[in-house]
Amino acid sequence: MYLRKDQRPQGSRLSLRVAVLSGVAVVLFGILFFRLWNLQVLSGDEYLAEAKNNRTREYKVIAPRGEILDRDGDILVDNRTSLALQLNTQKLPSDPAEERAQLARLADLVNMPTAKVRQTIKEEEEAAAGAPVTLKRDVGYPLIAYLEENQDEFPGLTVQRVFVRHYPEGTLAAHVLGNVGEVSEEELKEPDYKGLEPGDEIGKAGVEYAYDDYLRGEPGLTRIGVNAFGEPTQGQLFSTAPTPGENLKLTIDGDVQAAGEAALSARGLPGAFISMNIENGQILALGSNPTFDPTIFTEPMTQQQVDELYRDPVLAPLFNRATEGAYPTGSIFKVIPALAALENGVITPEEPIFDAGRMTIGGQTFQNAGAQAYGPVALARALQVSSDIYFYTLGLRMWDTNQLQEWASKLGIARPTGLDLPEEAEGLLPTQEWRNQLYAEGETERPWSAGDNVQLATGQGDLQTSPLQMAIAYAALGNGGEIVTPHVAMEVEDEAGRVLEEFDPGIRRKVRIDPGYRADILEGLHLAAQEGDGTAVGVFGGFPIPIAGKTGTAERPGHADQSWFAALSPYPDPRIVTIATVEEGGFGAESAAPVVLQILEAIYDEQASEVSSAGGTE
Amino acid sequence: MMYATRTRNARPEPFAVHVGIAERLGLAHMDWPLMASALGLMAFSLLTLGQATQNDVPGSPNYFLERQTIYALLGVVGMLLLTRIDYSRFRELRVGIYTFLCASISLVFVFGFAARGSRRAFELPFFSFQPSELGKLLLVLALAGFVIDGARRGSQVQRTLRYLCLGLAPAALVFLQPDLGTSLVFGVATLAVMYFGGVPWTHFAVIGGVLTALVALVLVVAPATGVPLLKGYQEERLTSFLDPDEHASGAGYQQNQSVVAIGAGQFAGRGDQATQTRLDFVPERHTDFIFAVIGERYGFMGAALVLSLYALLFWRALRITTLSKNSYGTLIAGGIAVSLLFQTFVNVGMNLGIMPITGIPLPLVSYGGSSVLATFLAVGVLQSINVQAHLSQKGRFAW
Repeated sequence: MYLRKDQRPQGSRLSLRVAVLSGVAVVLFGILFFRLWNLQVLSGDEYLAEAKNNRTREYKVIAPRGEILDRDGDILVDNRTSLALQLNTQKLPSDPAEERAQLARLADLVNMPTAKVRQTIKEEEEAAAGAPVTLKRDVGYPLIAYLEENQDEFPGLTVQRVFVRHYPEGTLAAHVLGNVGEVSEEELKEPDYKGLEPGDEIGKAGVEYAYDDYLRGEPGLTRIGVNAFGEPTQGQLFSTAPTPGENLKLTIDGDVQAAGEAALSARGLPGAFISMNIENGQILALGSNPTFDPTIFTEPMTQQQVDELYRDPVLAPLFNRATEGAYPTGSIFKVIPALAALENGVITPEEPIFDAGRMTIGGQTFQNAGAQAYGPVALARALQVSSDIYFYTLGLRMWDTNQLQEWASKLGIARPTGLDLPEEAEGLLPTQEWRNQLYAEGETERPWSAGDNVQLATGQGDLQTSPLQMAIAYAALGNGGEIVTPHVAMEVEDEAGRVLEEFDPGIRRKVRIDPGYRADILEGLHLAAQEGDGTAVGVFGGFPIPIAGKTGTAERPGHADQSWFAALSPYPDPRIVTIATVEEGGFGAESAAPVVLQILEAIYDEQASEVSSAGGTE
Repeated sequence: MMYATRTRNARPEPFAVHVGIAERLGLAHMDWPLMASALGLMAFSLLTLGQATQNDVPGSPNYFLERQTIYALLGVVGMLLLTRIDYSRFRELRVGIYTFLCASISLVFVFGFAARGSRRAFELPFFSFQPSELGKLLLVLALAGFVIDGARRGSQVQRTLRYLCLGLAPAALVFLQPDLGTSLVFGVATLAVMYFGGVPWTHFAVIGGVLTALVALVLVVAPATGVPLLKGYQEERLTSFLDPDEHASGAGYQQNQSVVAIGAGQFAGRGDQATQTRLDFVPERHTDFIFAVIGERYGFMGAALVLSLYALLFWRALRITTLSKNSYGTLIAGGIAVSLLFQTFVNVGMNLGIMPITGIPLPLVSYGGSSVLATFLAVGVLQSINVQAHLSQKGRFAW
């Protein structure tokens, strides 16, 4: 032992210990200096960049979507600003118990189950970590006022203005307009949606989808300085204004559309209508019943709404029957066998066929509606009274020649139309080859027979086509053979109404139709609509504008007869085709023809008032 | 009759008693570099607090500056008072000091106020007093006395065990507050006093081995067997620095932000552009993470200057161990020197991301009355040892 009470330790031993400690100190200070030099001088640039990045936060400024107008410039869709409650989740208490309590208070505030609030936060956090979570859209002013008074209780909760689609005309043209919704994960991977982020809104259906590029606009960017809690510090550092979406003007005429929808819904049955300019393919009105209110897509749906929209296989309100519905068309199809037979010399316009009311082909008996016998009928008369026997005979004459199918296909039956809406039915045009193929594969009981073609000649049997495809075919008949491209978009305008781009897709192809045959068929249709004992005279007999029209009554397996009517107006130089169908609506003249009548009234009322008002100003 | 008169010259006084003002204040034999380093660090503290905490307390931009200034003035006065006192008296008071130390720490459990889940301080009208800060000095004063006093009692092993027990008892109390950082300082101070007290190297080797085993037990074995000895946040703090990215949003967040702040300071510092520390990215910037503020605001130049001041402080303290007139002074100076070195290294290392987060303040720079006061008093004791050494060499004791 070397240490004596109150004696200096022996110098050498103390010196050793002091020396060792000095060495340790030199090493420790060396470490600190080295680390400091390394951080500040060697990698200072990186840390400086990180620090600068640390104190700014970018906020996206949402661009309002473009408005959608009808052809007269009346607004069909615009935006309203809505107040949304957003939560900065970094402000939630870190203590789990306190966080639970805070979430429960929030849930109470927005009137949602706590589990739902949690789930919303989780989902939005996964989609965009760090971004504020939208708890509730469209909060009312009473809630805002309450929040302002009790702000301390809800840290991190802010009110944000967002744009919400607004439909001043309610359900009008809902199927054409479609709806918007948040971009999905799958859609984000598509090249069309490059640059979008989770939470961004895109068009999901209708023209909102088809013309999303024009309507969407460019979000702006605001970069603001923030402190560690994400609170703004020195105001806006940098900002680009959002570019609002461009306005889309449709070819739809709001008044005609409204008339069609009113007429169809008055029937109380599922159905569809379409009215189109036969020269340029502009669709004036296009509707489907039952319809839906696009407003319900702007807010969270109730289960009942979801069930009504998506789970009802019969009414299927989202289903656009005018373009997606595929049906047998009944007698309105007869113009196609007429044209095919005339053009192929199978019959002449004058050649009479004796209509005894019934006929037997291959052991199968076919008859007119009500087994009515018309005696000898030529083309025009056959169309006027809708003689099935006449067209059965044409079908029989062409049964193994494919001439009927060739003409149906030329006129666009069961072919893509080029419509600028996202969904359309393909349809089915039964041919000899098709049925024989099915038969060879064992998918059907019998090969192609004369009966199949006889059925097709009256728009029955396996035929599946949409009101839109029939409109194209009638348009070609009316305009002398041009297959137009149907479209609902007319032009894109900027905010000031200047036209940025016009849509004129032109014709898809031309079919050579003999003008004489065309006139003969139109005459028959005119007779059917407005002369003598024509099938639709009861409906159109008193209509002041001469038209060419055809009723149809389609037998649809498992359903009551489907009512059809197709009209070309005015006769003899038509400019507009209008087609309506009512599922289970009975005879063509019973329900579809009155719908077409109301549409035509709207069209010609408006033209008359435009003419008179134009005259008045002169 | 004539008396032969012999005038006797007055016998010259053996020592001239001309006590100058400097000596009266105890300034004459002070170690000026030590004084300069302590005051320099405090000046840095005030500068940094004054510039970096303007917006911390709403409506009171100089809140921290004003209070720290008052603490510093009190500390300097206390330091000067201690400078004039012969530290050797504390040896006689060792039992009293030790009792006071343990009692004051224990009383915190009863009367202390809780901050963030731990009871460390008394709430006084003017400031909250944290006994464990002063305890760092008191432990050294008392333990050094026990070491000197018990130098001839018992075997070497018994003595080592006795010192350890004396030192670890208050350390354990502080650990229970819980204040892991300060209890570590107590432990290190205990070892430092023992080191200067001549405890054999072999004993330190054994202590080192036991400590390693303990750390392994607490951090690895205990959690694995489901017996958590540390609170969750303590363990996370201790281990997260090993992999800060893993804990980027939790315990590692503070350290990541601190490292970014210091790095961003680069060579010359960012001055008022020091956003990391000004905008709350770095937490506890006026206390535990004040070095990050210095690093960001004043850059490598400022941070290196602060480190140099600490190096100077430590060198002077170590030098005083060799000058002391008695071993008691050597032991005290050694204990103080090592505990200052330890606190500095752990705190700066924590700011630089190479040491765990332990909540140890940076001596003389971090904001906090107890710490500032205790550190100045410790410097005062060092000065006292220095003064006494000079006086004893002159053959005279201070009055």
